[in-house]
This record gives sequence, structure tokens and C-alpha cells, in this order.
Amino acid sequence: MTDQPILVGYDGTDAAQRAVEFAGTRATAVGCAIHLVYVLEWSPYSFLSTQELEERHQRRTEELSRAEETLKPALEALNKLKIPVTSEVRYGHSGELICKIAEDKGACQIIVGRKGGSTLGARLLGSLPLTLVQASPVPVTVVP
Amino acid sequence: MFWKKTAAASAVAMMSATLPHIANAQEAGLDEKINQAIAPISNVIAGTMFYSVPIGGTAFPLIVGWLVVAATIFTLYFGFVQFRRFGHAISLVKGDYSHPDDAGEVSHFQALATALSGTVGLGNIAGVAVAVSIGGPGATFWMILAGLLGMASKFTECTLGVKYRNEYEDGRVSGGPMYYLSKGLAEKGKPGLGKVLAIIFSICCIGGAVGGGNMFQANQAFQQIVNVTGGDESFLAGSGWLFGLVMAIVVGVVIIGGIKSIAKVTEKIVPFMAVIYVTAGMIIILSNITMVGDAFAQIFVGAFTGAGVAGGVVGALIQGFKRAAFSNEAGIGSAAIAHAAVRTKEPVTEGYVALLEPFIDTVVICTMTALVITISGELNSGLTGVELTSAAFASAFTWFPLILALAVVLFAFSTMLSWSYYGLKSWTYLVGEGKGKEIIFKLFFCLCVIVGASMSLGPVIDFSDSMIFAMAIPNIIGLYLLMPVVRGEINQYWAKIESGEIKKVK
Repeated sequence: MTDQPILVGYDGTDAAQRAVEFAGTRATAVGCAIHLVYVLEWSPYSFLSTQELEERHQRRTEELSRAEETLKPALEALNKLKIPVTSEVRYGHSGELICKIAEDKGACQIIVGRKGGSTLGARLLGSLPLTLVQASPVPVTVVP
Repeated sequence: MFWKKTAAASAVAMMSATLPHIANAQEAGLDEKINQAIAPISNVIAGTMFYSVPIGGTAFPLIVGWLVVAATIFTLYFGFVQFRRFGHAISLVKGDYSHPDDAGEVSHFQALATALSGTVGLGNIAGVAVAVSIGGPGATFWMILAGLLGMASKFTECTLGVKYRNEYEDGRVSGGPMYYLSKGLAEKGKPGLGKVLAIIFSICCIGGAVGGGNMFQANQAFQQIVNVTGGDESFLAGSGWLFGLVMAIVVGVVIIGGIKSIAKVTEKIVPFMAVIYVTAGMIIILSNITMVGDAFAQIFVGAFTGAGVAGGVVGALIQGFKRAAFSNEAGIGSAAIAHAAVRTKEPVTEGYVALLEPFIDTVVICTMTALVITISGELNSGLTGVELTSAAFASAFTWFPLILALAVVLFAFSTMLSWSYYGLKSWTYLVGEGKGKEIIFKLFFCLCVIVGASMSLGPVIDFSDSMIFAMAIPNIIGLYLLMPVVRGEINQYWAKIESGEIKKVK
């Protein structure tokens, strides 16, 4: 049993589901914990209208509880496999945040799903797996 | 130009009085009819608001003195907070003190950006042009001074806006002068006075929203559109109501229909436009760098001699102070509504951030416009308002009026959206919340877009100015009574910084 958890990026999509399943088998084999991270994309420099300012705190509370709901099935599935699992929901830039959390938690590796998008947009703007491969402090596994 | 227009309007009015069979309603056109109906009302309001006393042979409106005296008192009372804490304000905006766990909440930057989008706009483009065309280049000096002093007013009102805001159970956060007047003065043992001031403020804020936040915007946007489509020969000339109708529909779609996508697009383009405007201005200034010294000389000499200006020094000063207040809204109270939603435990932090607003708006952007107009030599062309700014920029870039027209329409639109919110908050403070009540206000707001686009500039400016300045009366009375509260906030905040309880997170 190692105390270095596997960090999994999760957002409730099929790709994230596959990442969780894959991480489950890895964690069982190695005997380590899993830490699920749900990042809500957010920039403190984005522009909001006056109406949005007023409602921001309310929306944030809603978004957080929705994210917690989305995390639930994954947490239950991993609990069934007797894998120690923790989770957190954070606001920010997904690539930067996941790298930072991986460092803080001393994660042994990061596992994320890939949506399989090969559209021009994804290529130009870069995707989370690409960012992580470039910047991660620990090994990264991308689950297709 | 607008003098000519007003003269023409009154000539028409006289003709219709003496020769009704010639100037009948059909010939006058819809625009002229709307103008004739509204102008007398706005004249009365403006006459009352701008009650003037003769100083140095010129009529000095008391309300302008009211704002400047207040800004000076706040500057002294808070020990030149706008200069001493300028650096701290920057580091707050950068997020140096923002806790990472607060990510996803309204940041200092966002509150500032939204408040700025409500103030940066036509005041910076058209208002400055009005100031220098009437008050000469010297008006710029007084405008900058008023901007610097106004930073202290903004600091005071936005600190109070956050301190006395409402945090509703459903998570919404809203505040503004109506809340700090009523709650703050109740704390001071004057609940009655607080309530009265809050009600007066709300009524004036609705007027300001409709005037400066709406009719003036629609009017100047239309002027610029007519300008770039051929001036008096334009197919749109005299059809302000039509332009107003289109604009009113777009505003209505956003504020009544709740179509966020249009607002979103505008919000993305507006900062971009501001950057283009400032860049173009900087290029003109830099490429005429040899004339900048001369322009500043004109500004300084004009400020203290008032050469060639109706009313001399006082005339220049009045124009400078008026346009600064109209542009940055310091002491008016409107910004306190936008700033109130920020995520912070310390109200005074938002005050510091807010003091950057008059600096960016007046000291940077307005000064730049004034310099471009002075350098271009268009000042004696007889133009005023947005047409003067347009001509000044066109002397360097012939294609610029087109860009400016787009910028003016977008700025006007974003300012209207901000003010529709300020007006709505005041309206719901008066009549209570409710879908039906909100729709009534929003429909009225859209109707005023049409009226504003149809009128000539003179009456619109008078009405807009008087309603916006009227907000300052209850607001500043409240600020005087509540400034010890702000000082208390400052003291406990810096005690926490010194004890290390609040420290930089990055």
C-alpha cells in the first residue's frame, strides 16, 4: 500500500467514467487511494454583467452542489471496489489546477479520459490531456 | 453644432406658434414633435437642478460645487487615500489578497470591470468634446483635477456599498446607496432621514438611468450613425425615432427577453473597442509628440486664464468639473451598486479597487480624448459632442469615424444595460420586487431609448445632467454622515494587515 494516491480528473462524461474505471483497476493492483478532482472552468478576469454579479454567489452554490451530485456515482463505484477514495470540486483553469493538486497531494500519477475530439478547435485551443502531458509534474495516463 | 440645432428647434417652435398653418405637424416630422414635447419639461428640471450663483461674472451651478467640495473633503478626511493606497488597489485587483477557496466568486477585477463598463463610454468620447468645445482646452485641467479628487468620493461610496449590502437567503447579493442610506443612517440613530434619502436617491437614480444612462446614449449613438452615413444627406437624418426603435428592440430583447447571448457578445467586444480607441488615441498623440507640449500648455494656460472662453476661468472650470462628474460618476452613487457584489470580507478593499475607476475613466481616457481634440486643431470647427471627437480622430485616420461609430453604438448599448440594472434596483427598492413591476420599468426604459434618439442634443444633455447630478444630493449627504464608519473600516483593516491576519496569498 502506497500513500501516493492516483489523481483522476472527473467531469461526469463518458470519457471521465472510463478514466475512473481504468484508475480503479490500477489502484487495486498497486494498492493505493484515488483522489477525484472536478474542475469548474473559471477565470477571475472574465467579464460578468451587473445581473451576473448579483447572482454569482447563488450560481456558484448551485454549480458546486451539481458537481458533488455528479461525483457521487463514481465515488460509490470505487467504494464498492474497497478503494479508499477522496474528492474535491475546484474553480479555476483545469490544467493548472490538476497539476497543482497532484503536487500538493503527492500523487503518483494522473489519469484523465480523452473525449476523442480531433476537431480543429480542440487542436488550436489545446485540450486538458495535452496540457497535462506538457506540464504535469507526475506521469500522466490518457484513457481513450 | 448643437447650439445651431437648438436655435433651429426654437425657430421651428416660434414658427409653429405664429404660423401654425405653415409649420404643421406633418412637416415637423416625428423627431421634431417628440423634441418639442419633451424639451420644455427637461428645461424646467435642468433649471431647478442647475440653480446657479454668479461667481466672477459667470453663473456657477451650485450642484457642481457640491460634488467638488465633497470630493475635496473626502480626499482630506481620508488623507489622500487615492495616492497613498493606489499601489494597494492594484495589488487587490491582481488578486494578491484573494483566497483561492473563493475562486468562482466575484473577484475584485470583475467588479471593477463591470462598473467600468457602465462608466467608460460616451462620457469619455462625447462628454469631453462638449467640455472642450464650450470650456476650451483649459477645461481638461479641471476635468483631470475633478477626476483625481473624485477617486476619494468613489472610495467612500463603494466601501459603504459593500458594507451595507443585502445578502439574500437564495445567495443573491445586491447593494447600493439606497441600502447604505437606509441601513447605515438607521445605525447612526437616524432611521427616518435614512429612509427619506434612500427614497429620494432611488427616484433620482431612475431619472439618471433614463437620462444619462439611456437617452443621452441613444442620442449620441444616432448622431454618430448619421454622421458616417453622410451627415445631413444621410437617409437616416431626421429618422432618430427609427434608430431608437431598433435600439429599443435590441435592449428589450436583452433586459426583458433575457437573451444573454447578445449581452455576452457586446461584453466581449466592448473591452476590445476600448483598447482600439485608446490605441488609436495614443498613436495620434505619439505621432504628434512635438505638439503634446503645446497642447498641455494650452490646457494649463486655458485653465487659469480662460482665454477665449465664455465665462473665462470659471467657465472652463464648470465645464471640466461637470463633464468629469458625468463621465466617472464619482459621488453620484451608481458605481456602489455594481461594486457591491464582490466577494470580500473587508468592505474597504472594494473601496480601494473602486478608486481606480475615476483614474482610468477620467485621468487616462478623458485626458487622451482631450489631447487628441486639442492636437487635431478641430476645436474651432464649430462641432461638438461625438461629431467633434470623430472629426479629431479622422484628421489622423480617415477611416476612424466608422470604427468610432461602431464603438459609440456598442458603448452606448453596454452603458444602457448597466444603467437599466441600476434603475431597476432603485425601482424595486421603491415598489418592491415582482415580475410584473420589473417588466413595467423595463418597458418604460425601452420607450425612453426611442425618445432619446429623436431629440436634439441640447435638451437631452440638460435632462441627463440634471437627473444624474440629482442623485448626488441624497448620496453625498449620506456619505458625510457615514464617513466615520468608513474610517473605522480602514483602521480595523490595516490593523489586521499589520498583525498578519490578512496577508498576501501570492
